[in-house]
Amino acid sequence: MKKENIIIDDNKLEFNSGETILEVAHRNNIFIPTLCRLKGASPTGRCGMCVVEIKDSDDLTRACITPASNNMIIYTESLKVINKRKKAITKLLSMGNHNCAIRDFHAKDWTSFQLKVLKKDATDQLCPAWGDCELQDLAYKYQVQTRDIPISESSFPIERANPFIIRDFSRCILCGRCVKACREIQVNNAIDFGDNETSGKIIAGSDVALKDSDCVFCGECVEACPVGALVHEKSIKKQRSVKIEKTRTTCSFCGVGCQIELSVQNNKIININSAGRDIVPNNGSLCVKGRFGFDFVNSSERLTSPMIKKNGKLETATWEQAIDVVASKFISIKKESGSDSIGVLTSARFTNEENYIAQKFARAVLKTNNIDHCARL
Amino acid sequence: MTNSIQDIETADVILATGTNTTENHPVISSFIKRACLKGTTLIVIDPRKIKLTQHGDIWLRQTLGTDIAWINGFMHVIIKKNLYDKEFIKKRTEDFEELKKTVLKYTPEYVEKITGISANKIIETAKIFAQAKKGCILYCMGITQHTCGTDNVKSLANLSMLCGNIGLPGGGVNPLRGQNNVQGACDMGGLPNVFTGYQKIDDDNVRKKYETAWNVTELSFKPGLVATQMIEKAEKGELKSLYIMGENPMVSDPDLNHAEKALKNLDFLVVQDIFLTETAKIADVVLPANCFAEKNGTFSNTERRVQRVRKAVNAPGSAKEDWKIICDIASLMGYSMDYADPEEIFEEIRETTPSYKGITWKRIEKQGLQWPCPTEDHPGTPILHTEQFTRGKGLFHAIEHQDPAELPDKNYPFMLTTGRVLYHYHTGTMTMKSKGLNTLSPECFVEISSNDVTKLGFKDKAMVEVLSRRGKIKAKLKISSKAVDGTLFIPFHFAKAAANKLTNAKLDPIAKIPELKVCAVKIQRPA
Repeated sequence: MKKENIIIDDNKLEFNSGETILEVAHRNNIFIPTLCRLKGASPTGRCGMCVVEIKDSDDLTRACITPASNNMIIYTESLKVINKRKKAITKLLSMGNHNCAIRDFHAKDWTSFQLKVLKKDATDQLCPAWGDCELQDLAYKYQVQTRDIPISESSFPIERANPFIIRDFSRCILCGRCVKACREIQVNNAIDFGDNETSGKIIAGSDVALKDSDCVFCGECVEACPVGALVHEKSIKKQRSVKIEKTRTTCSFCGVGCQIELSVQNNKIININSAGRDIVPNNGSLCVKGRFGFDFVNSSERLTSPMIKKNGKLETATWEQAIDVVASKFISIKKESGSDSIGVLTSARFTNEENYIAQKFARAVLKTNNIDHCARL
Repeated sequence: MTNSIQDIETADVILATGTNTTENHPVISSFIKRACLKGTTLIVIDPRKIKLTQHGDIWLRQTLGTDIAWINGFMHVIIKKNLYDKEFIKKRTEDFEELKKTVLKYTPEYVEKITGISANKIIETAKIFAQAKKGCILYCMGITQHTCGTDNVKSLANLSMLCGNIGLPGGGVNPLRGQNNVQGACDMGGLPNVFTGYQKIDDDNVRKKYETAWNVTELSFKPGLVATQMIEKAEKGELKSLYIMGENPMVSDPDLNHAEKALKNLDFLVVQDIFLTETAKIADVVLPANCFAEKNGTFSNTERRVQRVRKAVNAPGSAKEDWKIICDIASLMGYSMDYADPEEIFEEIRETTPSYKGITWKRIEKQGLQWPCPTEDHPGTPILHTEQFTRGKGLFHAIEHQDPAELPDKNYPFMLTTGRVLYHYHTGTMTMKSKGLNTLSPECFVEISSNDVTKLGFKDKAMVEVLSRRGKIKAKLKISSKAVDGTLFIPFHFAKAAANKLTNAKLDPIAKIPELKVCAVKIQRPA
């Protein structure tokens, strides 16, 4: 069959049947902004950011819900498109407490607005998503002027009634990504659009707190949220002035081996996100333990020095002392009772390299095959 | 897993048994639930009405410890209705006739008597599974932690082979591994009978290879003890010393009172961990180690994918990487173990392990590779047994139903099964350091049906004592729609009310896995 083509900004591109304009563009690294589209889920078509111009058509069209068709000619950044996007951004910024200074105020009004927001947030920080907000990025990119645009007041209070996720409805742009993440990616079916889809609220269960709903705190919604409406409780406390280093690694809980990205500030993990939607095996999903259960790393109860039991009590010792006791005891037990009187339990928490070393130690040094781990428990 | 996690979403039918996936492998459960949204049929066979049943089309409730019976019942129906994959059986398997003979007596009516699953449901569900082009079997410790655990697994393999589901995308027999690197610990020879890559210790050529690689003589060919046997031998005084790393048998082992006695009977106990666990507290020497975020290396996940672990933070105090600690002890004992970094260790692993030979740290920088991966240009193996099984032809095992080691009676009328909850991990050493997780799951509970609570004259959330022949614990009752009359569930995470004080340490004769999923208990008011 002959392949069909679409032309986006003068690029002739092949597409698969059923692919939307947005999908073809993103697959070819052509930028079309979207605040509501979530990869792997069906489109909500709510944010209006992905409008594009089709040649010989008067109306702009939303790229996320319009299928590509043969010989279609698309302009992604025409003047008409840019003006429409600016309007959409303006509308979204006016929906709530977007105090990131992208909103353009008269100096006097800004101060009172800012004070009001800080009071609501119960913190002297700017929006917790500051610097990590897709709406902020777009407002900057399209140089949106919001002077004289009134702010609509959110009638829903901030929800902090659970240990992990803060729901700030005053910053919600009702894009619906969280709903898609919950219902189509994780399929936990905890949250949904409220009754009135345009002016309403994203609700959990019958509009209860997350902790009283079917929510299992996987945090997929937090990662999907393009703004500061859903934030991890811990990220509120991060310091803006200190650099954040990101490290990709593998989760240390169950055997799925989710690929995660640790955000580290001052030698402390402050946040964990997935390593991305295109990365196997978890494709952007995590669970409550993997995403939020990292307190143990920095726990004050961590062991910090070796200990040796003296008179029935464990006492702090140096590494030299501890290694010496262990080595000499193993030597004497091996000599008196034989190699097979010693056993080694290696760990399913160890790396492969460490497990290899543990069994090599048992077999080559202790000369026993008494090596096992907790696979059966 | 014979197949990959991604594969689950492409199955026509998923049979999930003995896996409470939404709590223990939440991310895999999303693959299952998404498949259901797209029209895949989900069959859940589990003693509890777990959350997955809400997403599935069929939930069958077997009496604890009767898995062989329902699987044989399925195979009986499939053979009788002529729904089995004759070509696959002829080309790829052996001993089908033996299987056929054995399952002959497992009529749906006979199986109903053993399992409590109605004969009609057995017929209907077996047909659905057999008629699917791609049938995926998922299982976990609900299948393995029985005195007949090995036979349960073999039975599932029988069922999969009978339907020709092996070596097929969207098919396979897929155990979900519980701990982050339990697959790797096995792959690396952290087992008493094999070196890395499951190379047998009693094979002279293999031992010779390692003697050369390690520059030692006379490696032992005598199979070692498995963990549960070490405990037995320690109690008898035959095992003098244990070196325990990153494990907490004082909470995770079955029949804890017994395990505690055994560990205290050791002459010398070394514990290497990141916390002063219940086990570390009774050690003679405690060595502080690094956690996953403080080290470089690799983990192998449940789909055999070898993935990188990267250091992101510095360890507290003088805590050291586990491999360094072991190397220091070895060197002081007169055998030099000296590596510049974990990558150098990985290179040594590759040298001696054919299934890991083609994997390098460089190759897995962005995406992990699934073993077997014999050469550096090999793409890894997402699906096992596509052409043939490890032994050549797939062997059917004719297996009879066996009762669990302990069944309820007049004195201990309830059945107890143990497991995990979403918010905690194994013995809670890590997750119980999280205020948030503790808020969501603060304490142990006894999951019970509302009928049973009424019958006993208790109220929901009442504090009770649960007793078995081996011990007792105190915890609150929790009425749950997951519970079925006559069966209790208790999570084993909580040291303060350790479910493993109750569990039975009877082992599967081959895998030596304890029967943590069935024992008999009674409930009474606290004294």
